[in-house]
Amino acid sequence: MYSFSNRLRLGAIVLMILGALGLAYSFYNVPSSTADVKEMMSHNQDHQTDTAHKEVTTHKVQEDKHNTEAKDNTEEAHLTHALHAMQNRPWAAVFIAIFFFFMIALGALAFYAIQYASQAGWSIVLFRVMEGITAYLLPGSLFMLAFLIISAAHGNHLYVWMNPDLYDPQSVDYDEILMAKSWWLNIPFWMIRTFVFLLGWNFYRYFSRKHSLLQDTASNLVHYKKNFKASVFFLLFFAITESIMSWDWIMSLTPHWQSSLFGWYVFSTLIVSAITVIAMVTIYLRQKGFLPHVNDSHLHDLAKFMFGFSIFWTYLWFSQFMLIWYANMPEETAYFTPRLLGTYQPLFIGMVVLNFVFPILILMNSDYKRLPWFIILTGIIILIGHYVDIYVMITPGTVGNHWQVGVSEISAVFFFLGLFVYVVFNALTKAPLHAKGNPFMKESEHYHY
Amino acid sequence: MSHKVIQALFDDDDVLLSAVKDLRDADYHIDEVFTPFPVHGLEKAVGIPNTRIAITSFIYGVIGLSFAVWMMNYMMIQDWPMNIGGKPNFTFAENMPSFVPIMFELTVFFAAHLMVITFYMRSKLWPFKEAENPDVRTTDDHFMVEVFTKDDSSDLETLLKKSGAKEIKTKA
Repeated sequence: MYSFSNRLRLGAIVLMILGALGLAYSFYNVPSSTADVKEMMSHNQDHQTDTAHKEVTTHKVQEDKHNTEAKDNTEEAHLTHALHAMQNRPWAAVFIAIFFFFMIALGALAFYAIQYASQAGWSIVLFRVMEGITAYLLPGSLFMLAFLIISAAHGNHLYVWMNPDLYDPQSVDYDEILMAKSWWLNIPFWMIRTFVFLLGWNFYRYFSRKHSLLQDTASNLVHYKKNFKASVFFLLFFAITESIMSWDWIMSLTPHWQSSLFGWYVFSTLIVSAITVIAMVTIYLRQKGFLPHVNDSHLHDLAKFMFGFSIFWTYLWFSQFMLIWYANMPEETAYFTPRLLGTYQPLFIGMVVLNFVFPILILMNSDYKRLPWFIILTGIIILIGHYVDIYVMITPGTVGNHWQVGVSEISAVFFFLGLFVYVVFNALTKAPLHAKGNPFMKESEHYHY
Repeated sequence: MSHKVIQALFDDDDVLLSAVKDLRDADYHIDEVFTPFPVHGLEKAVGIPNTRIAITSFIYGVIGLSFAVWMMNYMMIQDWPMNIGGKPNFTFAENMPSFVPIMFELTVFFAAHLMVITFYMRSKLWPFKEAENPDVRTTDDHFMVEVFTKDDSSDLETLLKKSGAKEIKTKA
């Protein structure tokens, strides 16, 4: 039985407190009027985004030299735009952090279901670690649900398509494209889908954990068989709902744009982060001596998955980019303009280095896949890279050119990281780390490559 | 002092594996093992050093990648710039994204084919080559271990019998 070390618990709680304080600070500091924005801009003139901003402004000013009234209007419109972006920023930061840790739990659950459905033999000694990580699914889902309900109730303005003016033919904001999409992208249906997805995933997690624990003391394989069947149906459900989830929650942040590859792209991010976290938690627990049956071959396999899915991610990243780049249709390239040519360029290119170049070079050698500190090092790089990936998916559509990594982003990560560590390691103490009832346990214990 | 080759036949891969371990423990030198199919863990048990084909694979991949870069640059930028879909064809860097699939494919192509050819050469295999199997049954359902030994082979033979050999043949 694992017991939650006091230092780790304390660390998690400190992270949560720091994060909560930082979030409170950044929500409190959000400008409430264009006058505030003006003042803030004059305060940090040095900042890169604001400099870019000023250039645009001076340009506009020159254009409208003779018409002071028009000048005031454009500047006011400009400031209003900046105000909305700045108001969105802490919300976007929270959303990124909620989604990032939520998707790790969800990815671990999918990986766990794949092990059951394929009747894999090697991974059984890691089952309790995976179950520990998926314990975060419930709190993660609740935060996700709360956030999306707040969004739907117009508590924030991340989702542009939720503005009712867009669907009013009398309004100046009337949007024909969104009107055509509104049969799918309307708040009630969107909320129902969100609810069904979260319910389905959490139900599988509850069911499989329950039967996994019952199997430990069972005299026959009835619980194992139930889990096998449940996993097959879960994977079917997951394959469909994960795609729709990524359209609904992330792709609809830029509602005019669409990509049929997006669901897979989000899936690749999700699964590689989840496997990385499984590997890291496994190494931590093994170092502490709680997983005596995990040998180098198990680590080797996890590292192979990290390596393989990193390449898979790059493949999808590039496929999505290249098709849009080659076709060069304005409604499609709109997504890549701010990311590849705009202010997000360093992040957009940088994440390819973090998510592709580092893993492929570090983990290519077979021997390095067996060195725990190498896996931890690569894991940290991969997790940072995929945080940036989610950041670059969400921020351009919500914060625009006013992005920066500051108090709100870091505290959001701190808070949810603390919560994640607390929930996961607390769940690991709840059951023996050796799933002794599983029929493939023997094979997994003796697994060697 | 003459050398002899002892050939022991087994009819089960698990027995073969444990016999190989017994022989290694008793410090015999195993010359070769013939099996009708790959036996998992056998190369480790026999004590064959790790394969270096992975290193050659990496080198071949790099060669393939370089070849693709050179080829696309020559074809599409230098020799006969082609305007496809209005994509920039003045410099390699500007047109690079459209070359990535070719770069990837040639990397895989070179790595795979040259690796197979390397394997054939390293295993001394070529078309119409005579098979080296000492016993035709090793292509069907038997496994054979060849052990070099000195004059007196009675110890070895008892050991092999004890480890489950079905048949033992001696070759001068």
